Amino acid sequence: MTDIAFLLNGETVRAGGAPTHSLLDYLREQKGLTGTKEGCNEGDCGACTVIVTDPEGGLRALNACILFLPQLAGRAVRTVEGLAEGGALHPVQQAMVEHHGSQCGFCTPGFVMSMAAAHAQGRTDHDDQLAGNLCRCTGYAPIIRAAEASEGAPLPAWIENDREKLKVLTPPAAGGEAARSADAASAPAGGRAPYEPEADQGLDAVLTEAPGFIPETADELAAWYLDHPDATLIAGATDVALWVTKGLRALPETAFLNRCEDLKTIETGDGRIRFGASVTMTRVMEALAAPYPSYAEMVRRYGSVQVRNAATIGGSLANGSPIGDNAPALIALDATIHLRHGDARREMPLEEFFIDYGKQDRQPGEFVEAVSLPESSDSFRVYKISKRFDQDISAVCAAFDVTVEGGIVTALRTGFGGMAATPKRACAFEAALIGKSWSMASVEAALPALAQDFTPLSDMRASAAYRLEVVQALCGATLQNCPDREPACWRCGHERWQTPPA
Amino acid sequence: MSVGKPLPHDSAVLHVTGQARYIDDIPAPAHALHLAFGLSRIARGRIVSMNIDKVRAAPGVALVLTADDLDRPADCSPSAHDEPLLSDGSVHYIGQQLFLVAATSHLAARKAAKLAEVEYEDEEPILTVEQALAANSRFEDGPRVWTKGDAEAAISNAPRRLKGRIEMGGQEHFYLEGMAAMAQPQEDGMTVHSSTQHPTEIQHKVADALGLPMSAVKVECRRMGGGFGGKESQGNALAVACAIVASKTGRACRMRYDRDDDMTITGKRHDFRVDYEVGYDEQGRVLGIDFTHYTRCGWSLDLSLPVADRAMLHSDNAYLLDAVRITSHRLKTNTQSATAFRGFGGPQGVLGIERVMDEVAHELGLDPVEVRQRNYYRAASDLNEAPQHHDDPTPALPADGDTDLASRGAQAQLPASDAKPEKGGNTTPYGMEVTDFILHEMTERLLETSDYKARRAAIAQWNTENPILKRGIAFSPVKFGISFTLTHLNQAGALVHVYQDGSIHLNHGGTEMGQGLFRKVAQVAASRFGVSPERVRITATDTHKVPNTSATAASSGSDLNGMAAQNACDTIRTRIAEFLAGLHQCSASEVRFADDQVHVGGETLSFEQAVKLAYEARVSLSATGFYKTPDLQWDRIKGQGRPFFYFAHGTAVTEVAIDTLTGENRILRTDILHDAGHSLNPALDRGQIEGGYVQGAGWLTTEELVWDDKGALRTHAPSTYKIPACSDRPDLFHVDLWDAPNPAQTIYRSKAVGEPPFMLGISAFLALSHAASACGSAYPNLDAPATAERVLAAVRRASG
Repeated sequence: MTDIAFLLNGETVRAGGAPTHSLLDYLREQKGLTGTKEGCNEGDCGACTVIVTDPEGGLRALNACILFLPQLAGRAVRTVEGLAEGGALHPVQQAMVEHHGSQCGFCTPGFVMSMAAAHAQGRTDHDDQLAGNLCRCTGYAPIIRAAEASEGAPLPAWIENDREKLKVLTPPAAGGEAARSADAASAPAGGRAPYEPEADQGLDAVLTEAPGFIPETADELAAWYLDHPDATLIAGATDVALWVTKGLRALPETAFLNRCEDLKTIETGDGRIRFGASVTMTRVMEALAAPYPSYAEMVRRYGSVQVRNAATIGGSLANGSPIGDNAPALIALDATIHLRHGDARREMPLEEFFIDYGKQDRQPGEFVEAVSLPESSDSFRVYKISKRFDQDISAVCAAFDVTVEGGIVTALRTGFGGMAATPKRACAFEAALIGKSWSMASVEAALPALAQDFTPLSDMRASAAYRLEVVQALCGATLQNCPDREPACWRCGHERWQTPPA
Repeated sequence: MSVGKPLPHDSAVLHVTGQARYIDDIPAPAHALHLAFGLSRIARGRIVSMNIDKVRAAPGVALVLTADDLDRPADCSPSAHDEPLLSDGSVHYIGQQLFLVAATSHLAARKAAKLAEVEYEDEEPILTVEQALAANSRFEDGPRVWTKGDAEAAISNAPRRLKGRIEMGGQEHFYLEGMAAMAQPQEDGMTVHSSTQHPTEIQHKVADALGLPMSAVKVECRRMGGGFGGKESQGNALAVACAIVASKTGRACRMRYDRDDDMTITGKRHDFRVDYEVGYDEQGRVLGIDFTHYTRCGWSLDLSLPVADRAMLHSDNAYLLDAVRITSHRLKTNTQSATAFRGFGGPQGVLGIERVMDEVAHELGLDPVEVRQRNYYRAASDLNEAPQHHDDPTPALPADGDTDLASRGAQAQLPASDAKPEKGGNTTPYGMEVTDFILHEMTERLLETSDYKARRAAIAQWNTENPILKRGIAFSPVKFGISFTLTHLNQAGALVHVYQDGSIHLNHGGTEMGQGLFRKVAQVAASRFGVSPERVRITATDTHKVPNTSATAASSGSDLNGMAAQNACDTIRTRIAEFLAGLHQCSASEVRFADDQVHVGGETLSFEQAVKLAYEARVSLSATGFYKTPDLQWDRIKGQGRPFFYFAHGTAVTEVAIDTLTGENRILRTDILHDAGHSLNPALDRGQIEGGYVQGAGWLTTEELVWDDKGALRTHAPSTYKIPACSDRPDLFHVDLWDAPNPAQTIYRSKAVGEPPFMLGISAFLALSHAASACGSAYPNLDAPATAERVLAAVRRASG
């Protein structure tokens, strides 16, 4: 790949090698920074959490195991070794010691990094901020006590220092020529003794992967992709990285989209919101919190902070996963997907994009440029059913948008995940209800139609029978929770599970 | 005195700064090789051919070994020598190791391991309890049966009877640090770094595989990133593999399992089916009970016999049963070899009888707490007799060389004819008199502090007003037997040095996996010398320093190693005291060690001064310590004796909510009162209780292991196997210690706390069942894990 430069614990480093080299492996094997741990190598446990600061100054927690080095170009990385300053522990580190927040200690660096990121942003929703960090020893209680104790403590100086240094970080020479130079850091990071790097970065990846292409604009990407239609486009890498870490695949050609700022815009107008394909799910969640609280809550649950900070709305759709939660919600909202092929653009209703399992209506060299949806809808609801409440793939995801006029259902759009080979509407159910009176009796009469819409499968997440039963129950629940009948959306948000007074 | 203080974990600062070093963090020696196993893709059959040419040719590969390439057979089993390191041609589960790759990087080894072309001759795998029973595929000749009284007669004569069944899934350990080992060849042997709860077992297996005496193999473990029983025997394969390749190549070797490989290869908690038939009276008193346990042990024996034994040993939990029969089927299946996991079968036994108490109460319309209290053992305070003690059994004769003496999978070498049921009216099903039962008092206290009765009434009212969400509340107790049931393992050693500058170096046989054992034992050592705990240097567990260690398991860590360390410290202290007493012409008993000082004959010396004087007087300042638990005798075949030194107790009340449309559920509030004796460190003990509870609740709620019909484990990563996350802990979580001295003579009268709190998670499961029962009059018959799907099924059953 093109040599990239970034800050590592305040020091400028330049790195080369295979473009699919993960930050985690780089830290542990090249830099001897072994405080960052590998717990799962798939972004589900958070033991490898690091803090990344963007050129614009925003900082976020990310999983280093599913982060490729080219994604770091021009950014600042902070690892657990770089958290304490001048011999004094960071406030969250100190609180973790005082509140007995570590037992075996293996998850601890990741927790500390997530806590430090949340602390820097003044977040106090600790359960959510730490949903992406698994601990098997403590039962979390002392970790939360530590997080609470460190609320409001002064910020460490490195946050501002990194931002300043980023402004003057010299970008590496532009261009796509291969540079497989070994790490060329001038100084060891984190104040550690120099470390003998291992020569091996996964040998055949180095040998078989072309340098990663890092375009600066969507135009540049579009032109390049026409000539490299077999390339893998990488935005947040929360899905593609698993092809590498778990599938052990080499990616012969790659392009990294993270520097295309024009793919990260959120625009509103004509009653619609348009998200650039590279808008992260964190920003999607924030943008949808007011118009679609149930959608925002679903996004909060489906990905941890680290995953939402990396994952993009375009990436979540482009590969057509039948179990992703975004697609059913967007289908129910009648979202439009915007595709680009060179300079040619086209758009289609999202539901038409998903043709079959693993097959989308996307031509070679064509990529997802944006997704747009109505600015608001009063009656939209999305339900996510999973074994674990937070950070789990749904057994069933069900979304509804119903319009009732004069007591009659005049429009109904649904979207379901986990029920078929693609995210899908329940067309027979919708047809059975549209034009009927808005009552429990009509819903119950329409429910059998769901069996025409879906013949779900049994897998490790749920049985087919449960999926169908739950979908029927949720269709009924939508009605019961329609805004004009019951004000509180008890399915979204914590009020549903309100804790009794002590 | 540092004992009893809530000091932080000894490595807390190292943990939070990322400096705490785990096996894979040790810098690789030059030219180190990285290993990976090639794994079987079928569950049962034979290898017809295995072409590994592409593996050998893959980038970075230095060596590929199959079983035929080994100089001597290498076995990884902790019990029956039935786990060859590499397949002998027969295949017993998906994930079995077929060949071994050594390459220049972890990734290169993993990639190469995928390139083998293996042809199999498939056989129909035995995967389920039913299939195993039909094929009579089992360990031991038939089911193990223990009895007390005449259960059959008692049940048939009882005024009321019921029969039922509960199925409970296994559990993945999900230690955050996966399995790892590193071997460094020495000029005259092998040094192995292993993430292991049982360094002596690693030492034994490596020595055996290399044909070396144990004295030539040194095993070291500073800490594990979690163990939970998963690192008692399951690390053997990695250590043996590293040692063999290191021995062959002369290069250091390291190996760690990728998470998916770890979950695919290694054993988990045993899943159980418990069938029960019970006769009881109108007050809910159990008059006779018949349990049948069925457990899938997997493909090899591992530790399954003692695990299944402990499930039987805890089938009574806290309840005095006069007529009981327990039958245990240990089934051999083509799945991962189920292994030790916190509680070691105890939780499965406990859940069986807690289910019975719950169902009996439901049938009678009684509060389940009352039924439990009526069935409790008699309180210690109601017993007149002093605890009975027995002479230690005669030492065992040395067994033959390759027996795994130090494993829980070993067979007792002692004649067990001495074991007799004890007399008295408060005996367990296995004939042990219960003399220290304190659950009556603890239950009363917890019901009061948790406001159980009022909340139960409020929940009943709330449930009548809420058609879709239902709440439930449940109490559950635990009485857990403390000691290894293989009696000879109840021993420990320690090595203490006091240096001439007054610093203290401590070693013992226990391993640190997060539980804070090193801190607790250091607190004991500091207290014996009357010095601050900072003075005590805690070092890695090392088989060259303390030999013949037992696994850090069975909650025994601080009981055994604390005592051994105390004995070592006292030896040195006595030497110093006798020396100083001689100088001051007083008695050694008048020499006092406190506040980093030594008081003798009216004079006060600093600890350093006292040590310096002793050194100059040529007093030995190094000592070993040894401890063996007294009063144990046990015949596991008859199911009779006194397998435990004492019992540890705990109580919990959990409140939950369920959604009756989907089965989704949340834990809302948990109150715990737990018995840790006189706690050595209340902060660490609280950590064990909170963590144990959440792990236990996870076992019974979201943690579901799913195998497909080919025998492949489908839940082999955190994306599909869901341990509790942050928001799954109870929002309100009250934990208190029942701070009373252990009547048994343990270290500072503390009690073991590693495993018992795990079983408090059962209260969450029972609360879910209670919530489901609000939907109708039928018993919900909830199975575990209570995923949303199973809760919904229970709701349907309850509502008829």
